[in-house]
Amino acid sequence: MAWEIVVGIETHAQLRTKSKMFSGASTAFGAAPNTQACAVDIALPGVLPVVNAAAVAHALRFGFAVGAAINRRSVFARKNYFYPDLPKGYQISQYEMPIVAGGTLKIVLPEGEKTVRLTRAHLEEDAGKSLHEDFQGMTGIDLNRAGTPLLEIVTEPDLRGAKEAVAYARTLHALLRWIGVCDGNMQEGSFRCDANVSVRKAGDDQLGTRCEIKNLNSFLFMEQAIEFEARRQIEVLEGGGRISQETRLYDADRGETRSMRSKEDAHDYRYFPDPDLLPLVISDEMLAQARDSLPELPDARRGKLVASYGLSHAQADLLTASIETSNYAIAAFEGAPQARWPDMANWISGPLSAKLNESNLDIGASRVAAAELRRLAQKVEDGTLSGKMVKDVLDAVWAGEGGVDEVIGKRGLQQISDAGAIGRIVDEVLAKNAKQVEDYRAGKDKAFNSLVGQVMKATQGKANPAQVNEILKARLTR
Amino acid sequence: MLDSGLSELQAALAAKKISSVELTRLFLERIGSLDGRLNAFITVDEGVSLAQARAADEARARGEVGPLAGIPVAHKDIYCTRAVRTTCGSRMLENYTSPYDAHVVEQFGRAGAVLLGKTNMDEFAMGSSNETSHFGPVRNPWNTGLVPGGSSGGSAVAVAARMAPVATGTDTGGSIRQPAALSGVCGLKPTYGLVSRYGMVAFASSLDQGGPLAKSAADLALLMNVMVGHDARDSTSLPRPKEDYARALDLPLAGLRIGLPQAYFGEGVEPGVRQCVRAAIAWYERHGARTVPVALPNAALAVPVYYVLAPAEASSNLSRFDGVRYGHRAAQYEDLNDMYCRTRAEGFGAEVQRRILVGTYVLSHGYYDAYYLKAQKVRRLIARDFAEAFKLCDLIMGPTSPTTAFPLGAKTEDPVQMYLNDIFTIPAPLAGLPGLSIPCGFDAKGLPVGLQIMGEHFAEARMLGAAHQYQRDTDWHRRAPTETPL
Repeated sequence: MAWEIVVGIETHAQLRTKSKMFSGASTAFGAAPNTQACAVDIALPGVLPVVNAAAVAHALRFGFAVGAAINRRSVFARKNYFYPDLPKGYQISQYEMPIVAGGTLKIVLPEGEKTVRLTRAHLEEDAGKSLHEDFQGMTGIDLNRAGTPLLEIVTEPDLRGAKEAVAYARTLHALLRWIGVCDGNMQEGSFRCDANVSVRKAGDDQLGTRCEIKNLNSFLFMEQAIEFEARRQIEVLEGGGRISQETRLYDADRGETRSMRSKEDAHDYRYFPDPDLLPLVISDEMLAQARDSLPELPDARRGKLVASYGLSHAQADLLTASIETSNYAIAAFEGAPQARWPDMANWISGPLSAKLNESNLDIGASRVAAAELRRLAQKVEDGTLSGKMVKDVLDAVWAGEGGVDEVIGKRGLQQISDAGAIGRIVDEVLAKNAKQVEDYRAGKDKAFNSLVGQVMKATQGKANPAQVNEILKARLTR
Repeated sequence: MLDSGLSELQAALAAKKISSVELTRLFLERIGSLDGRLNAFITVDEGVSLAQARAADEARARGEVGPLAGIPVAHKDIYCTRAVRTTCGSRMLENYTSPYDAHVVEQFGRAGAVLLGKTNMDEFAMGSSNETSHFGPVRNPWNTGLVPGGSSGGSAVAVAARMAPVATGTDTGGSIRQPAALSGVCGLKPTYGLVSRYGMVAFASSLDQGGPLAKSAADLALLMNVMVGHDARDSTSLPRPKEDYARALDLPLAGLRIGLPQAYFGEGVEPGVRQCVRAAIAWYERHGARTVPVALPNAALAVPVYYVLAPAEASSNLSRFDGVRYGHRAAQYEDLNDMYCRTRAEGFGAEVQRRILVGTYVLSHGYYDAYYLKAQKVRRLIARDFAEAFKLCDLIMGPTSPTTAFPLGAKTEDPVQMYLNDIFTIPAPLAGLPGLSIPCGFDAKGLPVGLQIMGEHFAEARMLGAAHQYQRDTDWHRRAPTETPL
């Protein structure tokens, strides 16, 4: 009996703003507890919320990026519940009228592309943090995070299984970073997902009863949790049981989900429109500004890299992992010899990317500037450097030995393109390798490669390979 | 001096007949001698008041003279002040001092006013008799066995008994106008959005509006000039050009159309109240105004609508008082939930708890549509009724309250009877409209009666003008309470 796993994802993306959703306090991560919580954040008597226009602009940008409808009038509502890290006793969110409605996200799967439908995206504020350790039986409350702007993005139950869910989450994560609305830092909680998981018999058109798995803060955990949860549900159903709707928590240490609260225990949040805030009305100017400030989207950028820069689809995918990478590549390509663009793409996703990972740096902080990469391409094009020498030069520039020209000069790395010099070395090699010469003349082509290798070794790889080939062939056929 | 209006005080201060320190001392002494009986103040800090008065005198000497330079003002204890505690009449905030000043307090500070004290009020502004205060009831200076009205009862009595020249209040369903009427002073609830709610402890956010209490309409106009102003920290604060609320004080009444809603003169209105209000309207007719009947067909639903919406908002607004960060926290508790329960059971009085329960109920799953949503719809109908009425008239007049002041304890056992005392003041805030109450006579028991004047949005200057014309020709507003002679 085949089972189909149905998943919908809710994502809380922290919006990249200087100040909070409804107050002027800073949103910077990592400050000492309760140093970034102002009167509004700690809900002193008499304080009132004021909407952060930058957060609204981010929501609009996201709406445009996923082709959603923007509600020109949306409403902030209060979600009421008591918890020590929720200072007002309610969270300001959007309920019946979210700012962004619908939209789609295209994800790439091994079997092809798939379009995931989004239900909505709405603005809300984050709660603070309860710290249960370190206080000997008491709970510490840190309200630095309280009031941080979030965009909650909800999909339709369009995803089939853990792999698709993760592909969606990765694509969304990349898009949010691409358009600059979220830093995507999962360790700091900037991108958190909940998964709604249900299973049904293949071919059923009714959805099964779903369970919500909370707070999946890594893609790996998301995959494991959904897989575990789907297996659990299938086992229950195959054993003749029924799934009860509930909220479950993923325990990464044990690799399992467990029940947090059942539907019966669910809060009655008593949503109602927040009387402290007028309906959020989006003006034509705000819309135009959001649209104009949106960068070229990943799909368009990928297409451009293939069509205008002659890259393969695989190369374009690698370079569009982030907008910074693709911006770096395009900056490097401009003014570089066109024939070298595909090589340059490989340098970026190969040796440069390795260096960046090694030092845990973003490409924006690369120690090899785009201009240096361009210089490298020029040096290959004009024959100064062989392809084999590129990595060494790049590493040297990274290590701070200077620019490309300086490194070549200092290290004496110029390619030997002097026919006379190469000829002399070829002669020496031929003299020392009479056996291979004989083999070659007897029709063993492999012997030729071995001789080329000897020449390159003798020149420490500096000889121009094309010239070596040419001279060697001429000498051998003489 | 104790009986003077603002312009006389301003003149005396300007002519150096009296200093702000001397004036402030005069009122502090009056408070000292009367307030043991009246209980109009929760907090009076002579040191703070005199320091501010001294600063006002020094500023005047430097030539810095704000519109209220050196004049003592009593603030309802719902306005956050840095200088002294802000209790909101509740045990929950008994020892709470705000780290910031409310916008209204800032405005008075900028105008040069001196903080005289914080006035008593119904707990979290929930009440119509000032009996729900944790700090004990305020007594009516016309008869100390009676209530002064509420929730701004302390402010009304402070002005009535000449313990403060002027005071601030807040009005959600009548909390400025009803105590003004029952205590024999003038009180104005402005159009929603004119006075910033920043730093005003919230009761029902969509209805709460700060406003002034004083002895005359002319004084109210000067206070409005200080209190009104756009404040970016309150999203419902209206960005409007500055207005002079005294500009229409001398406007003649000729041609004024006064709307009389039938519902405001029917059953349940005490004869003494009806007589005084009728006589006041007759005065307007004699002075050039004409009256037109207006229908407010949904006005009768205002009280039930209010007692769904205001508690709903209050139940959420008061959630922040949870014992976690500030305010009262139970001394002993089993766990988190128990801490919440005990803290709130101890910190809130019975009326506040009742409204939190009602509000929680009407917002609950399965009841929201039947109560909250329906009430919102009726609220819009009430607003529409007023819009229709104002096509026929410029101002609407009627009694502020159906009764004069009632005895302490008379209605505390029957909340519905208490709620019905606000039957005439509740419609205006539901429609966001301004409402004014001025004294218009006394009933057979010698208790003051209030005339309510309502207008369209932003009609305050016109309303104050109509009131001022009446007050130029009558002296009801000048009479001081019998039990607190000067």
